[in-house]
Amino acid sequence: MIKIARYTIFIDVNKCTGCYNCFLACRDEFYDNDYPPYSEGHPLKDHYWMQIKQIERGEYPKPKLDYIPLPCMHCQEAPCIEMAKEGAVYRREDGIVIIDPVKARGQRQIVNSCPYRVIFWNEEKQLPQKCTLCAHMLDQGEKEPKCVEACPTGALVFGDLDDPDSEVSRLVAETKSEVLYPEFGTEPLIKYAGIPRYFIAGEVVFKDNQGECAAGVKVSLAGNGVSMETRSDIYGDFEFEGLGKKTRYILTVEHEGYQPRQLELFTHKSINVGEVMLDPV
Amino acid sequence: MTEQVFTNCTNAGPVSVYVRDGKVVRIRPLVAEEKDLKPWTIEAGEHKFTAPKKFAVAPYVHAERRRIHSDERIKYPMKRVDFNPEGERNPQNRGKSGYVRISWEEALDLVAGELKRVKESYGGSAISGLTSSHHNWGIVGYKHGSFMRFMNLLDFTPVLDNPDSWEGWHWGATHTYGFYWRLGMPEPYDMLQDALKNAEMIVLWSNDPDSTRGTYTGQESALWREWLKKKGVKTVFIDPFYNFTAAVMGGKWIAPRIGTDTCLAMAIAYVWITEGRYDREYIENRTIGFDEFKKYILGEIDGQPKTPEWAEEESGVKARVIRALAREWAEKRTILSGGARGGEGGACRQAYATEWARMMVLLQAMQGLGKPGRSIWGTTMGAPSDTDYFFPAYADPQGKISSATKAANFIPVNKNRQRLYRLTLPDAILDPPLSWHGAGFCGGSLEQQFEYFEYPAEGCSEIKLFYRYGGSFIGTMLDTSKWVKMYQSPKLEFVVNQDVWFNSETRMADVILPACSNFERDDLAEWGACGGYTGHASSGSNYRVIVRQQKCIEPLWESKSDYQIFALLAERLGLKDEFTDGGKSELDWCRAFFELSDLPKLVDWETFNRKGYHVINIKEGYKPTPGLRWFAEGRACDTPDPSNPKRNTEKGHELGTYSGKIEFVSESLKKHFPEDWERPISPRYIPSWEGHHSDLFKKYPLQLLSPHPRFSFHTHYDKHTDWLNDIPVHRIKKDGYHWWPARINPRDAEVRGINNGDIVRLYNDRGGVLCVAVVTGWVRPGIIHSYGSSAKYDPLIPGKPDSMDRGGCVNLLTSSRLLSRHAPGMTPNSCLIEIEKWEE
Repeated sequence: MIKIARYTIFIDVNKCTGCYNCFLACRDEFYDNDYPPYSEGHPLKDHYWMQIKQIERGEYPKPKLDYIPLPCMHCQEAPCIEMAKEGAVYRREDGIVIIDPVKARGQRQIVNSCPYRVIFWNEEKQLPQKCTLCAHMLDQGEKEPKCVEACPTGALVFGDLDDPDSEVSRLVAETKSEVLYPEFGTEPLIKYAGIPRYFIAGEVVFKDNQGECAAGVKVSLAGNGVSMETRSDIYGDFEFEGLGKKTRYILTVEHEGYQPRQLELFTHKSINVGEVMLDPV
Repeated sequence: MTEQVFTNCTNAGPVSVYVRDGKVVRIRPLVAEEKDLKPWTIEAGEHKFTAPKKFAVAPYVHAERRRIHSDERIKYPMKRVDFNPEGERNPQNRGKSGYVRISWEEALDLVAGELKRVKESYGGSAISGLTSSHHNWGIVGYKHGSFMRFMNLLDFTPVLDNPDSWEGWHWGATHTYGFYWRLGMPEPYDMLQDALKNAEMIVLWSNDPDSTRGTYTGQESALWREWLKKKGVKTVFIDPFYNFTAAVMGGKWIAPRIGTDTCLAMAIAYVWITEGRYDREYIENRTIGFDEFKKYILGEIDGQPKTPEWAEEESGVKARVIRALAREWAEKRTILSGGARGGEGGACRQAYATEWARMMVLLQAMQGLGKPGRSIWGTTMGAPSDTDYFFPAYADPQGKISSATKAANFIPVNKNRQRLYRLTLPDAILDPPLSWHGAGFCGGSLEQQFEYFEYPAEGCSEIKLFYRYGGSFIGTMLDTSKWVKMYQSPKLEFVVNQDVWFNSETRMADVILPACSNFERDDLAEWGACGGYTGHASSGSNYRVIVRQQKCIEPLWESKSDYQIFALLAERLGLKDEFTDGGKSELDWCRAFFELSDLPKLVDWETFNRKGYHVINIKEGYKPTPGLRWFAEGRACDTPDPSNPKRNTEKGHELGTYSGKIEFVSESLKKHFPEDWERPISPRYIPSWEGHHSDLFKKYPLQLLSPHPRFSFHTHYDKHTDWLNDIPVHRIKKDGYHWWPARINPRDAEVRGINNGDIVRLYNDRGGVLCVAVVTGWVRPGIIHSYGSSAKYDPLIPGKPDSMDRGGCVNLLTSSRLLSRHAPGMTPNSCLIEIEKWEE
């Protein structure tokens, strides 16, 4: 029996190590394996029902690397349901969006309906296919989908958003949870934390004392209607995370006994400003 | 047909195997009954960290089904088309000529006939054989099992392994703090608990545990590092490559030039000495030789104080950064993580790397090694773990059907004293005689490192017959076109290759025998436990899991289990009873191992055999005994390290060095090689013979960094597991070919006109390899990062040793020169190259 629920995978990008366990476990589950009535086996190549988007930010020597696991978003306003004919795509009582492998045959338009590009066309079977949140496993009483089972760090957590005692409800309440590309307006059930944004980083250096790191220097950043302040760390490094795209910022570095420096920066990407040399007064 | 579920184990985790119609259809991390798992909890401040009720296996394990049913499987026995044992053998065509399918009958007769002929003509010493590590898992059907039992019956010449992943620690650190019985690694007991409770900072120096993992314990420790993050433990990464652990943990990245880590370490010591930031009481009571070391650091011996400015000049790391790091390290309770098992790491696999590894131990000694939060710990071992119940691992004497185990009635004794050494094997075959010091894995004593070997040994034959088993070294050993030359030598009258998959060396053989994987035969083993010189390695997992590796499917195509193949050969040689111990099946061996272990105290055979696994949880009232705490506190060793020879003796409070203390000046080196300037009695910085000071640097100004891989294991799983080709860190598809990535800093790429995704040629005087360029700020300028483990050797001209390879075997470029004169370790990270855009 299908539970009345709103199932999600809560994806914490900060905990994702990019190990690809979910990616591989998903393929192992679905390649060449049929799970009627939810899915038919996918082909050997070019189907990735769980993808990993690798996000590289920053520059040497301050790069960053993050991963965004990307399954079907199981949208509450799902364009694929709208686009399907004869009810070939439907939502289960527990929120899982299923492409019916019998009814959907030949309906290529379903692939193109998805703004997240997580529906794949099976040429041989003439079938649109995607993640089912392992509905077949849940029906058999398993606790979680295969990808979540495979995750070593708890970056993927499965549960019911409507159950206030579930871990996912707690995570959504305690963290700054968000959805991927909210601008698509499809109300995904899949939730994220820690989606990477732009950052500005650099190193403060005292021109007259370059053998010692410039620790504890006040660094401030203003732009986009907000201002932030930090102190350089023991290496003289500073960083502002979570910045907006394509925004003009003023970076100010000031320390007693030194002439303040100001840099104007534009975030067409994350920026490493490198050494910010402070001249003594 | 209905689905059946079996249990099995891989080199990176236990699995449940789902089978339909004789095919593996899916694999899951072992699905254990919930009641079998009793998770431990570590309390650290306001945090409680509890082991999860599941098993985290390595990524490639999830793709195991593709490896089992791979197109790269060896399906039938085969013979090289131009090999005629009665006439022309054409050894020069090994690697070039094709093969013809033959029957098992013909193959076995041929191999047995050649074994017999060579043994009778030249003696057993003319037969040698070589295995790789961990293409399969299981103690019966593995290298120390079937292979070695058979070979010992023939009095063959074993090839000594070099301690490939931890060279500098083995040949260097052992002379500083002992632990030769762990081949230079520190004891790992309860280090996780110590880290979570006590550590304020962790310095990961040449260590990427998220990629190399606990060697065999899958991804269990990934969560531990997440816990360290949650606890707020600060992290520092010292590595020319912004590695994947750095990417997930964050913190400070310090990228020295390759070969200069020792300078960095000495400059840290300089700051501590000159600013008085070290543990004087510990130095006084737990170490010897500090004053001599201090003189060198301060420049009183060679006139060069090892200042941060000096280190900056060599390493490219700013002096101010070295100072800041040194001070914080001393102020905070800091763990040194010098490789996935405490020691290891690319910095220990380069010229004179003994010096770096010794410096790692000495730095931590200056901060009170063994005191709370001041350990040497790789982050991958040392979970709470029961050590009372014994289960043999493949390298334990009791786990080897080839030697001492009580599981066997008859034990073959190899009467041949001749040895070869893996790193110099091609030289030995091509250009004997050859000599070296060091018995490979010197886990029996420090003296084994000084043992002298000659090949050919007195009264022994040169090698005429070479039996290659499982895996390939063209991707992982050094200057590996030499291996191709070796195979083509007429000195090798017969070469046989027995493997599950086609590997780079398979097509160098005269006869190829198809073995099956451990999913197609019966075996048993503990997860993560290699035994021998890494006692209690299963503490890299949250639970001890003993697996009855059930035969899930019949051997595919015409393959047979290794045990069966050797039994059939033994039969033809009149040695069947000796080999099979009077007719034991593989399942009989499993039963015998079960009986000699402590498992019968916990579970009966029928249950274990049927259920397929048994989990050993820690007992109520578990008492942690953190590694080396006893030493720091001047007590007798209280850890359960079974191999520590001083434990439970009157010297129980001592280390395994001659003095029993940490030696800034090594007593063992002083006694055996007092005049060796390449491994002096006290550590020195010695610039690499192939580094930024070399003449060669003008011609080849880039340094190749070739660490262990992230998505495969040695050469295993690559090439045979097609799904891994879709992971861009592993391989990148271009024009229908899956290329091996070479990572290059944007600055170096720009001056060479190289763009991301270009096919590039990496080259030096030793060879050329085609890779795909990944232009990224993850590498320091001047460095090319490319994993040293491609399983695909794909020479443009097959059979031509110096042909360019497009499979990605970057070890065709590395030097086969050893660590130093008397330290025969490998040095892949002392390699200068140039790189250019490849246009055909």
